[in-house]
Amino acid sequence: MSSPLNSLYTELVMEHDKRPLHAGLREPFTAEVHHVNPTCGDEITLRLQLSEDASDIEDVSYDAIGCAMSRASASIMADLLIGRSTAEVEPVHEHMETVMRSRGREEGDEELIGDGVALLGAAKFPARVKCVLMPWKAYQAALVEARALQA
Amino acid sequence: MNAPSREFDVEAIRADFPILTRMLDPETPMIYLDGGATSQRPRQVIDAEVSYLLRDNAAVKRGAHRMAGLATDAYEGSRERVAEFLGAPSPDEVVFTKNATEALNLVAHSLGSGDSSTPEHLRVREGDEILVTEMEHHANLVPWQELARRTGATLRWIPVAEDFTLDLSDLVSLLTERTKVLAFTHQSNVLGTVNPVATLVEAAHAVGALTVLDAAQSAPHMPFDVASLGVDLVALSGHKMLGPTGIGMLWGRYDLLEQMPPFLTGGSMIELVEMERSTFAEPPARFEAGTPPISQAVGLAAACDYLDGLGMDQVAAHERALTQRALSGLAGIDGVRVIGPALSPERTGAVSFDLAGRHPHDVGQVLDSLGIEVRVGHHCAWPLHRRFGVHGTTRASFSVHTTTAEVDAFVEGVAHTVDFFGALA
Repeated sequence: MSSPLNSLYTELVMEHDKRPLHAGLREPFTAEVHHVNPTCGDEITLRLQLSEDASDIEDVSYDAIGCAMSRASASIMADLLIGRSTAEVEPVHEHMETVMRSRGREEGDEELIGDGVALLGAAKFPARVKCVLMPWKAYQAALVEARALQA
Repeated sequence: MNAPSREFDVEAIRADFPILTRMLDPETPMIYLDGGATSQRPRQVIDAEVSYLLRDNAAVKRGAHRMAGLATDAYEGSRERVAEFLGAPSPDEVVFTKNATEALNLVAHSLGSGDSSTPEHLRVREGDEILVTEMEHHANLVPWQELARRTGATLRWIPVAEDFTLDLSDLVSLLTERTKVLAFTHQSNVLGTVNPVATLVEAAHAVGALTVLDAAQSAPHMPFDVASLGVDLVALSGHKMLGPTGIGMLWGRYDLLEQMPPFLTGGSMIELVEMERSTFAEPPARFEAGTPPISQAVGLAAACDYLDGLGMDQVAAHERALTQRALSGLAGIDGVRVIGPALSPERTGAVSFDLAGRHPHDVGQVLDSLGIEVRVGHHCAWPLHRRFGVHGTTRASFSVHTTTAEVDAFVEGVAHTVDFFGALA
Protein backbone atom coordinates (compact mmCIF):
# COMPACT_ATOMS: atom_id res chain seq x y z
CA MET A 1 0.00 0.00 0.00
CA SER A 2 1.49 3.31 -0.99
CA SER A 3 2.05 5.84 1.74
CA PRO A 4 0.38 8.92 0.18
CA LEU A 5 -2.84 6.93 0.23
CA ASN A 6 -2.42 6.18 3.93
CA SER A 7 -1.73 9.86 4.59
CA LEU A 8 -5.11 10.58 2.99
CA TYR A 9 -7.18 7.86 4.61
CA THR A 10 -5.84 8.17 8.13
CA GLU A 11 -7.46 6.14 10.90
CA LEU A 12 -8.92 9.34 12.28
CA VAL A 13 -10.55 10.19 8.94
CA MET A 14 -12.02 6.70 8.66
CA GLU A 15 -13.28 6.92 12.25
CA HIS A 16 -15.05 10.24 11.57
CA ASP A 17 -16.42 8.84 8.29
CA LYS A 18 -17.83 5.79 10.07
CA ARG A 19 -19.11 7.51 13.21
CA PRO A 20 -19.57 11.17 12.32
CA LEU A 21 -20.00 13.60 15.25
CA HIS A 22 -23.08 15.83 15.53
CA ALA A 23 -24.56 14.34 12.33
CA GLY A 24 -28.25 14.61 11.46
CA LEU A 25 -30.42 17.68 11.09
CA ARG A 26 -31.64 19.25 14.34
CA GLU A 27 -33.90 22.06 15.49
CA PRO A 28 -33.87 24.88 16.33
CA PHE A 29 -31.74 26.55 13.69
CA THR A 30 -31.20 30.12 12.58
CA ALA A 31 -30.24 29.31 9.01
CA GLU A 32 -30.09 26.32 6.72
CA VAL A 33 -28.02 25.98 3.55
CA HIS A 34 -27.69 23.28 0.93
CA HIS A 35 -24.43 22.99 -1.00
CA VAL A 36 -23.71 20.73 -3.94
CA ASN A 37 -20.47 19.84 -5.65
CA PRO A 38 -21.67 19.46 -9.23
CA THR A 39 -18.63 17.53 -10.42
CA CYS A 40 -19.03 14.64 -8.00
CA GLY A 41 -22.63 15.12 -6.89
CA ASP A 42 -21.74 15.47 -3.22
CA GLU A 43 -24.28 17.30 -1.11
CA ILE A 44 -24.45 18.82 2.32
CA THR A 45 -27.40 20.33 4.11
CA LEU A 46 -26.16 22.35 7.07
CA ARG A 47 -28.06 24.07 9.85
CA LEU A 48 -26.56 26.71 12.07
CA GLN A 49 -28.04 27.86 15.34
CA LEU A 50 -26.65 31.13 16.67
CA SER A 51 -27.22 32.74 20.07
CA GLU A 52 -29.67 35.65 20.19
CA ASP A 53 -26.90 38.22 19.86
CA ALA A 54 -25.51 36.23 16.91
CA SER A 55 -22.10 35.91 18.56
CA ASP A 56 -22.09 32.27 19.65
CA ILE A 57 -22.52 29.02 17.76
CA GLU A 58 -25.03 27.01 19.74
CA ASP A 59 -25.40 24.17 17.27
CA VAL A 60 -24.23 22.92 13.88
CA SER A 61 -26.15 20.00 12.46
CA TYR A 62 -25.83 18.52 9.01
CA ASP A 63 -26.68 15.79 6.56
CA ALA A 64 -23.71 15.03 4.30
CA ILE A 65 -23.51 12.78 1.27
CA GLY A 66 -19.98 12.47 0.03
CA CYS A 67 -16.63 10.77 0.13
CA ALA A 68 -14.80 9.84 3.31
CA MET A 69 -12.84 13.10 3.22
CA SER A 70 -15.87 15.37 2.99
CA ARG A 71 -17.87 13.45 5.60
CA ALA A 72 -14.94 13.40 8.01
CA SER A 73 -14.41 17.10 7.40
CA ALA A 74 -18.04 17.88 8.26
CA SER A 75 -17.77 15.84 11.45
CA ILE A 76 -14.52 17.47 12.54
CA MET A 77 -15.78 20.94 11.65
CA ALA A 78 -19.00 20.59 13.63
CA ASP A 79 -17.01 19.49 16.64
CA LEU A 80 -14.68 22.47 16.27
CA LEU A 81 -17.55 24.97 15.95
CA ILE A 82 -20.21 23.98 18.46
CA GLY A 83 -20.16 25.92 21.72
CA ARG A 84 -17.68 28.54 20.57
CA SER A 85 -18.05 32.14 19.45
CA THR A 86 -18.03 32.99 15.74
CA ALA A 87 -15.06 35.31 16.36
CA GLU A 88 -13.12 32.54 18.07
CA VAL A 89 -13.51 30.09 15.17
CA GLU A 90 -12.66 32.59 12.45
CA PRO A 91 -8.91 31.86 12.64
CA VAL A 92 -9.72 28.14 12.70
CA HIS A 93 -11.54 28.45 9.39
CA GLU A 94 -8.81 30.64 7.92
CA HIS A 95 -6.09 28.22 8.94
CA MET A 96 -8.02 25.29 7.46
CA GLU A 97 -8.35 27.15 4.13
CA THR A 98 -4.69 28.16 4.09
CA VAL A 99 -3.20 24.75 4.79
CA MET A 100 -5.64 22.96 2.47
CA ARG A 101 -4.73 25.27 -0.40
CA SER A 102 -0.97 25.08 0.26
CA ARG A 103 -0.48 21.81 -1.69
CA GLY A 104 1.07 20.32 1.41
CA ARG A 105 3.65 23.08 1.90
CA GLU A 106 2.15 24.40 5.15
CA GLU A 107 2.02 22.44 8.38
CA GLY A 108 -1.24 22.28 10.26
CA ASP A 109 -1.52 23.76 13.75
CA GLU A 110 -3.16 21.12 15.93
CA GLU A 111 -3.82 23.68 18.66
CA LEU A 112 -6.05 25.52 16.22
CA ILE A 113 -7.72 22.83 14.12
CA GLY A 114 -7.57 19.75 16.37
CA ASP A 115 -8.59 16.58 14.49
CA GLY A 116 -8.54 18.75 11.35
CA VAL A 117 -4.83 17.88 11.01
CA ALA A 118 -5.96 14.38 9.99
CA LEU A 119 -7.46 15.90 6.83
CA LEU A 120 -4.31 17.61 5.68
CA GLY A 121 -3.17 14.63 3.59
CA ALA A 122 -5.79 15.76 1.09
CA ALA A 123 -3.87 18.99 0.50
CA LYS A 124 -1.46 17.00 -1.67
CA PHE A 125 -4.34 15.79 -3.86
CA PRO A 126 -5.69 18.91 -5.62
CA ALA A 127 -8.90 17.10 -6.63
CA ARG A 128 -9.70 16.35 -2.98
CA VAL A 129 -9.17 19.80 -1.48
CA LYS A 130 -12.70 20.86 -2.36
CA CYS A 131 -14.07 17.74 -0.59
CA VAL A 132 -12.56 18.92 2.70
CA LEU A 133 -13.52 22.56 2.25
CA MET A 134 -17.14 22.02 1.18
CA PRO A 135 -18.52 21.82 4.76
CA TRP A 136 -16.62 24.98 5.65
CA LYS A 137 -18.06 26.77 2.64
CA ALA A 138 -21.51 25.69 3.79
CA TYR A 139 -20.81 26.98 7.31
CA GLN A 140 -19.62 30.31 5.92
CA ALA A 141 -22.78 30.67 3.82
CA ALA A 142 -25.00 29.70 6.75
CA LEU A 143 -23.25 32.27 8.95
CA VAL A 144 -23.84 35.05 6.41
CA GLU A 145 -27.49 34.04 6.12
CA ALA A 146 -28.02 33.72 9.87
CA ARG A 147 -26.51 37.15 10.51
CA ALA A 148 -28.68 38.69 7.82
CA LEU A 149 -31.78 37.11 9.38
CA GLN A 150 -30.90 38.28 12.87
CA ALA A 151 -29.83 41.79 11.83
CA MET B 1 -16.87 0.75 -44.30
CA ASN B 2 -13.35 -0.22 -45.30
CA ALA B 3 -11.84 -3.67 -44.89
CA PRO B 4 -9.35 -3.85 -42.03
CA SER B 5 -5.81 -3.33 -43.24
CA ARG B 6 -4.03 -4.97 -40.33
CA GLU B 7 -4.21 -7.80 -37.81
CA PHE B 8 -5.84 -6.87 -34.53
CA ASP B 9 -2.67 -7.11 -32.45
CA VAL B 10 -3.02 -5.20 -29.19
CA GLU B 11 0.71 -4.91 -28.58
CA ALA B 12 1.22 -3.44 -32.06
CA ILE B 13 -1.70 -1.09 -31.49
CA ARG B 14 -0.21 0.03 -28.17
CA ALA B 15 3.00 1.00 -29.95
CA ASP B 16 0.91 3.60 -31.83
CA PHE B 17 -0.11 5.31 -28.57
CA PRO B 18 2.97 7.07 -27.14
CA ILE B 19 1.15 8.09 -23.95
CA LEU B 20 0.68 4.47 -22.85
CA THR B 21 4.35 4.13 -21.88
CA ARG B 22 4.02 6.99 -19.41
CA MET B 23 4.73 6.41 -15.72
CA LEU B 24 2.54 8.13 -13.10
CA ASP B 25 5.43 8.04 -10.65
CA PRO B 26 8.74 6.16 -10.80
CA GLU B 27 7.09 2.90 -9.71
CA THR B 28 3.64 3.15 -11.30
CA PRO B 29 2.83 2.56 -14.97
CA MET B 30 -0.35 4.22 -16.21
CA ILE B 31 -3.35 2.00 -16.97
CA TYR B 32 -5.83 4.12 -18.86
CA LEU B 33 -9.40 2.87 -18.47
CA ASP B 34 -11.19 6.15 -19.11
CA GLY B 35 -11.66 6.19 -22.87
CA GLY B 36 -15.37 6.76 -22.20
CA ALA B 37 -14.46 10.25 -20.96
CA THR B 38 -11.80 10.96 -23.58
CA SER B 39 -9.77 8.58 -25.68
CA GLN B 40 -6.03 8.61 -26.10
CA ARG B 41 -4.78 9.42 -29.58
CA PRO B 42 -2.56 7.29 -31.77
CA ARG B 43 0.58 8.80 -33.28
CA GLN B 44 -1.14 8.76 -36.69
CA VAL B 45 -3.80 11.22 -35.47
CA ILE B 46 -1.29 13.48 -33.75
CA ASP B 47 1.02 13.39 -36.81
CA ALA B 48 -1.79 14.23 -39.23
CA GLU B 49 -2.72 17.29 -37.19
CA VAL B 50 0.89 18.39 -36.77
CA SER B 51 1.64 17.84 -40.47
CA TYR B 52 -1.34 19.99 -41.45
CA LEU B 53 -0.19 22.74 -39.07
CA LEU B 54 3.40 22.57 -40.30
CA ARG B 55 2.55 22.62 -44.02
CA ASP B 56 -0.96 23.66 -44.95
CA ASN B 57 -2.42 25.87 -42.22
CA ALA B 58 -4.63 28.77 -43.33
CA ALA B 59 -8.22 29.97 -42.95
CA VAL B 60 -10.69 27.88 -44.94
CA LYS B 61 -13.20 29.02 -47.54
CA ARG B 62 -11.90 32.57 -47.86
CA GLY B 63 -8.97 34.17 -49.58
CA ALA B 64 -7.71 33.50 -53.08
CA HIS B 65 -4.21 32.40 -52.14
CA ARG B 66 -2.96 28.87 -52.63
CA MET B 67 -2.66 28.21 -48.91
CA ALA B 68 -6.35 28.92 -48.45
CA GLY B 69 -7.02 26.36 -51.15
CA LEU B 70 -4.84 23.74 -49.46
CA ALA B 71 -6.47 24.32 -46.08
CA THR B 72 -9.94 24.17 -47.60
CA ASP B 73 -9.07 20.92 -49.36
CA ALA B 74 -7.78 19.47 -46.11
CA TYR B 75 -10.93 20.51 -44.24
CA GLU B 76 -13.43 19.41 -46.87
CA GLY B 77 -11.43 16.26 -47.52
CA SER B 78 -11.79 15.45 -43.83
CA ARG B 79 -15.53 15.93 -44.11
CA GLU B 80 -15.61 13.40 -46.93
CA ARG B 81 -13.57 10.93 -44.88
CA VAL B 82 -15.81 11.32 -41.83
CA ALA B 83 -18.93 10.93 -43.99
CA GLU B 84 -17.53 7.67 -45.35
CA PHE B 85 -16.74 6.42 -41.82
CA LEU B 86 -20.28 7.19 -40.68
CA GLY B 87 -21.90 5.66 -43.74
CA ALA B 88 -23.41 9.03 -44.67
CA PRO B 89 -24.80 9.19 -48.21
CA SER B 90 -23.23 12.63 -48.74
CA PRO B 91 -20.50 14.73 -47.05
CA ASP B 92 -22.97 17.64 -47.14
CA GLU B 93 -24.86 15.83 -44.37
CA VAL B 94 -21.91 16.11 -41.97
CA VAL B 95 -21.71 19.30 -39.90
CA PHE B 96 -18.59 19.90 -37.82
CA THR B 97 -19.33 21.28 -34.36
CA LYS B 98 -17.30 21.95 -31.23
CA ASN B 99 -18.34 18.64 -29.65
CA ALA B 100 -21.30 16.26 -29.39
CA THR B 101 -22.89 18.57 -26.82
CA GLU B 102 -22.89 21.43 -29.31
CA ALA B 103 -24.35 19.15 -31.99
CA LEU B 104 -27.29 18.35 -29.68
CA ASN B 105 -27.69 22.01 -28.73
CA LEU B 106 -27.67 22.91 -32.41
CA VAL B 107 -30.65 20.63 -33.04
CA ALA B 108 -32.53 21.69 -29.90
CA HIS B 109 -32.07 25.38 -30.69
CA SER B 110 -32.91 25.01 -34.37
CA LEU B 111 -36.12 23.16 -33.61
CA GLY B 112 -37.18 25.95 -31.28
CA SER B 113 -36.40 28.87 -33.55
CA GLY B 114 -38.46 28.27 -36.69
CA ASP B 115 -41.12 30.61 -38.07
CA SER B 116 -44.07 30.29 -40.42
CA SER B 117 -41.70 29.32 -43.24
CA THR B 118 -40.43 26.31 -41.27
CA PRO B 119 -42.21 22.97 -41.82
CA GLU B 120 -44.31 21.91 -38.82
CA HIS B 121 -42.29 18.76 -38.15
CA LEU B 122 -39.18 20.91 -37.60
CA ARG B 123 -40.84 23.29 -35.14
CA VAL B 124 -41.34 22.55 -31.46
CA ARG B 125 -44.08 24.70 -29.96
CA GLU B 126 -46.36 25.02 -26.97
CA GLY B 127 -48.42 21.86 -26.52
CA ASP B 128 -45.85 19.70 -28.29
CA GLU B 129 -43.96 16.97 -26.51
CA ILE B 130 -40.28 16.02 -26.46
CA LEU B 131 -39.44 12.46 -25.46
CA VAL B 132 -36.05 11.47 -24.01
CA THR B 133 -34.94 8.59 -21.80
CA GLU B 134 -33.98 8.31 -18.16
CA MET B 135 -30.48 7.10 -19.10
CA GLU B 136 -29.40 10.21 -21.02
CA HIS B 137 -26.12 12.00 -20.53
CA HIS B 138 -26.84 15.58 -19.43
CA ALA B 139 -25.84 16.64 -22.97
CA ASN B 140 -28.92 14.91 -24.34
CA LEU B 141 -31.22 15.99 -21.52
CA VAL B 142 -30.53 19.60 -20.53
CA PRO B 143 -30.81 21.04 -24.10
CA TRP B 144 -34.28 19.42 -24.36
CA GLN B 145 -35.31 20.69 -20.92
CA GLU B 146 -34.32 24.15 -22.10
CA LEU B 147 -36.13 23.76 -25.42
CA ALA B 148 -39.27 22.77 -23.50
CA ARG B 149 -38.88 25.77 -21.20
CA ARG B 150 -38.39 28.21 -24.09
CA THR B 151 -41.27 26.91 -26.17
CA GLY B 152 -43.83 25.71 -23.63
CA ALA B 153 -43.49 22.14 -24.88
CA THR B 154 -43.59 19.24 -22.41
CA LEU B 155 -40.62 17.00 -21.71
CA ARG B 156 -41.36 13.33 -21.10
CA TRP B 157 -39.06 10.36 -20.70
CA ILE B 158 -38.89 6.62 -21.17
CA PRO B 159 -37.99 5.04 -17.82
CA VAL B 160 -35.14 2.60 -17.27
CA ALA B 161 -36.15 -0.88 -16.06
CA GLU B 162 -34.53 -2.87 -13.25
CA ASP B 163 -32.52 -4.83 -15.85
CA PHE B 164 -30.79 -1.61 -16.98
CA THR B 165 -32.57 -1.49 -20.35
CA LEU B 166 -35.27 0.94 -21.44
CA ASP B 167 -38.73 0.06 -20.17
CA LEU B 168 -40.72 0.24 -23.39
CA SER B 169 -43.93 -1.19 -21.90
CA ASP B 170 -45.57 2.24 -21.87
CA LEU B 171 -44.12 3.51 -25.12
CA VAL B 172 -47.53 3.78 -26.78
CA SER B 173 -48.72 6.35 -24.26
CA LEU B 174 -45.39 8.19 -24.17
CA LEU B 175 -45.11 8.52 -27.92
CA THR B 176 -48.17 10.29 -29.33
CA GLU B 177 -49.19 12.64 -32.14
CA ARG B 178 -48.01 15.46 -29.88
CA THR B 179 -44.45 14.07 -29.83
CA LYS B 180 -42.22 16.16 -32.09
CA VAL B 181 -38.86 14.70 -31.09
CA LEU B 182 -37.54 11.44 -29.68
CA ALA B 183 -33.95 11.96 -28.52
CA PHE B 184 -32.08 8.99 -27.09
CA THR B 185 -28.64 7.60 -26.59
CA HIS B 186 -27.32 4.77 -28.73
CA GLN B 187 -25.24 3.46 -25.84
CA SER B 188 -25.43 4.55 -22.21
CA ASN B 189 -22.14 6.01 -21.02
CA VAL B 190 -22.82 4.55 -17.57
CA LEU B 191 -24.64 1.24 -18.09
CA GLY B 192 -23.04 0.12 -21.33
CA THR B 193 -26.58 -0.71 -22.49
CA VAL B 194 -27.10 -0.44 -26.25
CA ASN B 195 -30.63 0.73 -27.02
CA PRO B 196 -32.93 -0.88 -29.63
CA VAL B 197 -32.60 1.82 -32.28
CA ALA B 198 -34.79 0.13 -34.91
CA THR B 199 -37.71 -0.37 -32.51
CA LEU B 200 -37.56 3.22 -31.27
CA VAL B 201 -37.17 4.71 -34.74
CA GLU B 202 -40.10 2.73 -36.08
CA ALA B 203 -42.34 3.81 -33.20
CA ALA B 204 -41.27 7.46 -33.49
CA HIS B 205 -41.71 7.64 -37.23
CA ALA B 206 -45.16 6.05 -36.91
CA VAL B 207 -46.29 9.20 -35.05
CA GLY B 208 -44.26 11.56 -37.23
CA ALA B 209 -41.65 12.38 -34.58
CA LEU B 210 -38.09 13.29 -35.46
CA THR B 211 -35.40 10.95 -34.07
CA VAL B 212 -32.16 12.30 -32.63
CA LEU B 213 -29.45 9.84 -31.65
CA ASP B 214 -26.58 10.54 -29.26
CA ALA B 215 -23.83 8.30 -30.67
CA ALA B 216 -20.90 9.80 -28.76
CA GLN B 217 -20.36 6.53 -26.89
CA SER B 218 -21.29 4.02 -29.58
CA ALA B 219 -19.64 5.09 -32.83
CA PRO B 220 -16.07 4.61 -31.50
CA HIS B 221 -16.77 1.05 -30.39
CA MET B 222 -18.89 -0.77 -32.99
CA PRO B 223 -19.61 -0.85 -36.71
CA PHE B 224 -21.62 2.31 -37.29
CA ASP B 225 -23.70 3.19 -40.30
CA VAL B 226 -26.14 6.12 -40.20
CA ALA B 227 -27.91 5.00 -43.36
CA SER B 228 -28.96 1.65 -41.88
CA LEU B 229 -29.81 3.03 -38.41
CA GLY B 230 -32.76 4.91 -39.87
CA VAL B 231 -32.52 7.86 -37.47
CA ASP B 232 -32.89 11.47 -38.64
CA LEU B 233 -30.07 13.24 -36.80
CA VAL B 234 -26.97 11.93 -35.00
CA ALA B 235 -24.57 13.69 -32.62
CA LEU B 236 -20.99 12.44 -32.37
CA SER B 237 -17.76 13.32 -30.59
CA GLY B 238 -14.24 13.51 -32.05
CA HIS B 239 -12.24 13.06 -28.88
CA LYS B 240 -14.07 9.90 -27.83
CA MET B 241 -13.09 8.19 -31.11
CA LEU B 242 -9.31 8.60 -30.93
CA GLY B 243 -9.56 12.07 -32.47
CA PRO B 244 -8.84 15.58 -31.18
CA THR B 245 -10.86 17.58 -28.68
CA GLY B 246 -12.63 20.68 -30.00
CA ILE B 247 -14.48 18.84 -32.74
CA GLY B 248 -17.80 17.01 -32.82
CA MET B 249 -20.19 16.12 -35.60
CA LEU B 250 -23.82 16.38 -36.42
CA TRP B 251 -25.04 14.08 -39.13
CA GLY B 252 -28.51 14.84 -40.47
CA ARG B 253 -30.65 13.76 -43.39
CA TYR B 254 -30.07 16.44 -46.00
CA ASP B 255 -33.76 17.16 -46.60
CA LEU B 256 -34.07 17.99 -42.89
CA LEU B 257 -30.88 20.03 -42.57
CA GLU B 258 -31.96 21.96 -45.64
CA GLN B 259 -35.10 23.19 -43.88
CA MET B 260 -33.68 23.72 -40.39
CA PRO B 261 -32.97 27.26 -39.18
CA PRO B 262 -29.37 27.99 -38.12
CA PHE B 263 -28.16 27.84 -34.51
CA LEU B 264 -25.00 29.96 -34.28
CA THR B 265 -24.87 32.81 -36.76
CA GLY B 266 -22.14 35.05 -38.15
CA GLY B 267 -19.39 34.58 -40.71
CA SER B 268 -19.20 31.61 -43.09
CA MET B 269 -22.83 30.60 -42.65
CA ILE B 270 -24.44 33.36 -44.74
CA GLU B 271 -25.60 33.71 -48.29
CA LEU B 272 -26.34 37.46 -48.48
CA VAL B 273 -25.99 40.03 -45.73
CA GLU B 274 -27.66 43.45 -45.62
CA MET B 275 -27.90 45.81 -42.68
CA GLU B 276 -31.47 44.76 -41.91
CA ARG B 277 -31.36 41.03 -42.61
CA SER B 278 -29.44 38.10 -44.01
CA THR B 279 -30.07 34.88 -45.83
CA PHE B 280 -28.21 31.72 -45.03
CA ALA B 281 -25.99 29.26 -46.84
CA GLU B 282 -26.99 25.70 -47.65
CA PRO B 283 -25.96 22.94 -45.21
CA PRO B 284 -23.47 22.08 -43.92
CA ALA B 285 -22.09 25.68 -44.09
CA ARG B 286 -25.36 27.03 -42.60
CA PHE B 287 -24.47 25.33 -39.31
CA GLU B 288 -20.77 26.21 -39.21
CA ALA B 289 -20.57 29.85 -38.16
CA GLY B 290 -17.11 31.31 -37.71
CA THR B 291 -13.74 29.71 -38.36
CA PRO B 292 -14.19 25.97 -37.84
CA PRO B 293 -11.88 23.49 -36.08
CA ILE B 294 -9.66 22.82 -39.11
CA SER B 295 -6.64 20.95 -37.79
CA GLN B 296 -9.01 19.00 -35.55
CA ALA B 297 -11.00 17.90 -38.61
CA VAL B 298 -7.76 16.68 -40.20
CA GLY B 299 -6.94 14.73 -37.03
CA LEU B 300 -10.45 13.31 -36.92
CA ALA B 301 -10.16 12.04 -40.49
CA ALA B 302 -6.93 10.30 -39.47
CA ALA B 303 -8.79 8.72 -36.54
CA CYS B 304 -11.38 7.38 -39.01
CA ASP B 305 -8.52 5.91 -41.09
CA TYR B 306 -7.05 4.37 -37.97
CA LEU B 307 -10.30 2.79 -36.76
CA ASP B 308 -11.19 1.52 -40.22
CA GLY B 309 -7.68 0.07 -40.48
CA LEU B 310 -8.37 -1.94 -37.33
CA GLY B 311 -11.85 -2.88 -38.50
CA MET B 312 -14.81 -1.87 -36.34
CA ASP B 313 -16.00 -5.49 -36.11
CA GLN B 314 -12.67 -6.41 -34.59
CA VAL B 315 -12.72 -3.38 -32.28
CA ALA B 316 -16.16 -4.46 -31.04
CA ALA B 317 -15.07 -8.10 -30.58
CA HIS B 318 -11.93 -7.03 -28.70
CA GLU B 319 -13.81 -4.75 -26.31
CA ARG B 320 -16.53 -7.32 -25.82
CA ALA B 321 -13.98 -9.91 -24.70
CA LEU B 322 -12.51 -7.39 -22.24
CA THR B 323 -15.97 -6.55 -20.91
CA GLN B 324 -16.71 -10.25 -20.40
CA ARG B 325 -13.46 -10.63 -18.50
CA ALA B 326 -14.10 -7.59 -16.32
CA LEU B 327 -17.68 -8.61 -15.51
CA SER B 328 -16.63 -12.15 -14.57
CA GLY B 329 -13.81 -10.81 -12.43
CA LEU B 330 -16.01 -8.28 -10.62
CA ALA B 331 -18.65 -10.95 -9.99
CA GLY B 332 -16.15 -12.70 -7.73
CA ILE B 333 -15.70 -9.71 -5.40
CA ASP B 334 -18.03 -9.31 -2.43
CA GLY B 335 -19.69 -5.91 -2.24
CA VAL B 336 -19.46 -5.09 -5.95
CA ARG B 337 -22.75 -4.23 -7.61
CA VAL B 338 -22.42 -3.66 -11.34
CA ILE B 339 -24.78 -0.91 -12.51
CA GLY B 340 -25.42 -2.30 -15.98
CA PRO B 341 -26.61 -5.44 -17.74
CA ALA B 342 -24.83 -8.77 -17.76
CA LEU B 343 -22.95 -9.51 -20.95
CA SER B 344 -25.29 -9.67 -23.90
CA PRO B 345 -25.24 -8.40 -27.47
CA GLU B 346 -26.82 -5.23 -26.08
CA ARG B 347 -23.83 -4.39 -23.91
CA THR B 348 -20.53 -2.63 -24.54
CA GLY B 349 -17.41 -1.86 -22.60
CA ALA B 350 -18.44 0.76 -20.06
CA VAL B 351 -18.46 -1.06 -16.74
CA SER B 352 -19.81 0.97 -13.81
CA PHE B 353 -20.17 -0.32 -10.30
CA ASP B 354 -20.97 0.53 -6.72
CA LEU B 355 -18.66 -0.83 -4.03
CA ALA B 356 -20.69 -1.47 -0.88
CA GLY B 357 -21.84 2.15 -0.79
CA ARG B 358 -18.26 3.38 -0.59
CA HIS B 359 -18.05 6.78 -2.28
CA PRO B 360 -16.66 6.47 -5.84
CA HIS B 361 -14.07 9.20 -5.19
CA ASP B 362 -12.62 7.05 -2.45
CA VAL B 363 -12.65 4.00 -4.75
CA GLY B 364 -11.06 5.96 -7.60
CA GLN B 365 -8.39 7.33 -5.27
CA VAL B 366 -7.24 3.83 -4.26
CA LEU B 367 -7.33 2.63 -7.90
CA ASP B 368 -5.30 5.68 -8.95
CA SER B 369 -2.66 4.83 -6.34
CA LEU B 370 -2.24 1.60 -8.35
CA GLY B 371 -2.02 3.55 -11.62
CA ILE B 372 -5.54 2.59 -12.70
CA GLU B 373 -7.28 5.64 -14.19
CA VAL B 374 -11.07 5.27 -14.01
CA ARG B 375 -13.94 7.75 -13.97
CA VAL B 376 -15.81 8.43 -10.73
CA GLY B 377 -19.00 10.28 -9.92
CA HIS B 378 -22.31 10.60 -11.74
CA HIS B 379 -20.70 10.65 -15.23
CA CYS B 380 -23.01 13.50 -16.30
CA ALA B 381 -26.00 11.17 -15.87
CA TRP B 382 -27.30 12.23 -12.49
CA PRO B 383 -30.94 11.17 -12.92
CA LEU B 384 -29.83 7.68 -13.97
CA HIS B 385 -27.81 7.30 -10.77
CA ARG B 386 -30.77 8.45 -8.69
CA ARG B 387 -32.86 5.83 -10.49
CA PHE B 388 -30.60 3.12 -9.06
CA GLY B 389 -30.29 4.71 -5.63
CA VAL B 390 -26.62 5.58 -5.86
CA HIS B 391 -24.96 8.99 -5.72
CA GLY B 392 -22.23 7.96 -8.09
CA THR B 393 -20.38 5.00 -9.51
CA THR B 394 -16.87 4.02 -10.50
CA ARG B 395 -16.53 3.35 -14.23
CA ALA B 396 -13.90 1.51 -16.24
CA SER B 397 -14.18 1.89 -20.00
CA PHE B 398 -12.18 -0.12 -22.48
CA SER B 399 -10.46 0.94 -25.69
CA VAL B 400 -8.68 -0.56 -28.68
CA HIS B 401 -5.39 -0.50 -26.74
CA THR B 402 -6.69 -2.09 -23.52
CA THR B 403 -5.08 -5.45 -22.70
CA THR B 404 -6.43 -8.42 -20.75
CA ALA B 405 -3.58 -7.84 -18.28
CA GLU B 406 -4.91 -4.32 -17.67
CA VAL B 407 -8.42 -5.66 -17.10
CA ASP B 408 -6.99 -8.19 -14.63
CA ALA B 409 -5.08 -5.40 -12.87
CA PHE B 410 -8.33 -3.45 -12.65
CA VAL B 411 -10.22 -6.40 -11.11
CA GLU B 412 -7.37 -7.00 -8.64
CA GLY B 413 -7.35 -3.29 -7.89
CA VAL B 414 -11.03 -3.38 -6.98
CA ALA B 415 -10.39 -6.37 -4.69
CA HIS B 416 -7.50 -4.43 -3.16
CA THR B 417 -9.81 -1.43 -2.62
CA VAL B 418 -12.22 -3.64 -0.68
CA ASP B 419 -9.34 -4.84 1.50
CA PHE B 420 -7.98 -1.31 1.94
CA PHE B 421 -11.21 0.07 3.35
CA GLY B 422 -12.01 -3.20 5.13
CA ALA B 423 -8.71 -2.91 7.00
CA LEU B 424 -9.44 0.71 7.95
CA ALA B 425 -13.07 0.20 8.93
